[in-house]
Amino acid sequence: MIRLDNVHKTFGTHPVLRGVTLDVPRGESMVIIGGSGTGKSVTLKCVLGLVTPDSGTITVDGQDVTRADRDEFLSHFGMLFQGGALFDSLRVWENVAFRLLRGSLKKPREEARAIAIDKLRRVGLRSAVADLYPAELSGGMQKRVGLARAIAADPQIIFFDEPTTGLDPIMSGVINDLIREIVVEMGATAMTITHDMSSVRAIADKVAMLHDGVIQWSGPVGELDATPDPYVQQFIHGRADGPIEAVR
Amino acid sequence: MTLTAPVASLGRSTLAAIASLGRISIFTARTLRHIATPPFYLREFWQAVIAIGWLSLPVVGLTAVFTGAALALQIYAGSARFSAEAVVPQIVAIGMVRELGPVLGSLMVAARVASSIAAEIGTMKVTEQIDALVTLSTHPMKYLTAPRVLAATLTVPALVAVGDSIGIMGGYLVATTRLGFNEAAYVKNTFEFLEFWDVGSGLVKGAVFGFIIALMGCYYGMNSGRGAQGVGAATKAAVVAASVLILAANYILTEAFFAS
Ligand SMILES: Nc1ncnc2c1ncn2[C@@H]1O[C@H](COP(=O)(O)OP(=O)(O)O)[C@@H](O)[C@H]1O
Ligand SMILES: [Mg+2]
Repeated sequence: MIRLDNVHKTFGTHPVLRGVTLDVPRGESMVIIGGSGTGKSVTLKCVLGLVTPDSGTITVDGQDVTRADRDEFLSHFGMLFQGGALFDSLRVWENVAFRLLRGSLKKPREEARAIAIDKLRRVGLRSAVADLYPAELSGGMQKRVGLARAIAADPQIIFFDEPTTGLDPIMSGVINDLIREIVVEMGATAMTITHDMSSVRAIADKVAMLHDGVIQWSGPVGELDATPDPYVQQFIHGRADGPIEAVR
Repeated sequence: MTLTAPVASLGRSTLAAIASLGRISIFTARTLRHIATPPFYLREFWQAVIAIGWLSLPVVGLTAVFTGAALALQIYAGSARFSAEAVVPQIVAIGMVRELGPVLGSLMVAARVASSIAAEIGTMKVTEQIDALVTLSTHPMKYLTAPRVLAATLTVPALVAVGDSIGIMGGYLVATTRLGFNEAAYVKNTFEFLEFWDVGSGLVKGAVFGFIIALMGCYYGMNSGRGAQGVGAATKAAVVAASVLILAANYILTEAFFAS
């Protein structure tokens, strides 16, 4: 269970998070929607401890994330970064198997490679890709390698930052199914950021909308269409006029 | 207001300099701790040895051969004023191994290596690769900084040794072909007067300069601003800081080693 309580974060003079409160129960898939630049990525980074909140508390299974044993804590996490964040000095399979090649989860190279190739196949990439370098791949392929790396060590909590941005509709469908499968089969807790409404409907148990530094609305995905909340309605229908200003 | 403005800006930049000195000291202490404690990333270490040591050989060699050659010409011209041309081999050797080998070699390595380390790590920072390392339970200082700093500290002395030899050879070539020195006598004079500490002090300097080079590359890379502009600024700052620190450290080490 991930719990954010009244989290604030300001960069310079620019307040990004102004009291984010959100609960993600274990084994559920939470999708965060919201305009670009509203602090969705920053929210995930706060949970991972990559960004330190100015105030507020974040706990995972009751444990304060700033006080946890970092290695132990992070070994349960997988994260797909918005830009992929692949290590360009390493081959694709070494990226995917990064966690399995060093540290507490270290496995023999051959075994790690086999796992990497299996994970690559699950995100729709053939084994020939394994020996290429990230720079040799298209943006969408890099994204999928990032996804394979996030799930390589079978984490209990997985964060996906815009997993389908830049993918064609068919590949988006594959990735949506995969994320759903990971949550259902592995019982993982997932937080996904997306702008893609078909993704929201395919992935989410619950949806939260971030706007103006706070969670504007949250609820089960089934209530998304029926909610009268004007912010949600404007966002899911992509209307230019409404309470959310187009110039931000 | 206007009268105190220069004083205020001087004060501000002094404070900023002291603050960054403090940050660099903390960064240095952390680096040393990560070098000394496991886990050790051998693969990254060997890659750094190749990138810093092996691939710097051409530039260090070329620098040394031209420096040694020019040195021989200058010392010949200077010593001819008081008919002491015979000292050319000894002075070339001492000048090369004590000062010019380590200093010029390291400055060239700084230009090549501090910049590339800062650009690489800075790019990793702005493309979230450093964040990704952390989420994969790998400490960026241990994985990126420690292997590079250790590799530079160990390989730059080796580069200095190669540069010394090539520089002396450059002097030998000019002296024997252009200045009429006898080949065998030149070699004999070079080595007869050279003491162990002449060479040894230069190698110690090389180790210190290597440490400075990689440390500055890593420090400015890790603290790179956002975007391409941030990486560009970090790269420039790394080369400038490494070069200035090398020259300052050279003076301090020379005082410590040779001022009696
Ligand atoms: N490390 C940082 N330093 C300064 N500003 C940042 C940093 N990270 C994010 N921001 C700012 O915070 C805001 C929210 O960013 P982000 O969370 O990436 O938005 P999004 O909701 O599109 O994911 C943006 O205005 C961004 O410029
Ligand atoms: Mg984002």
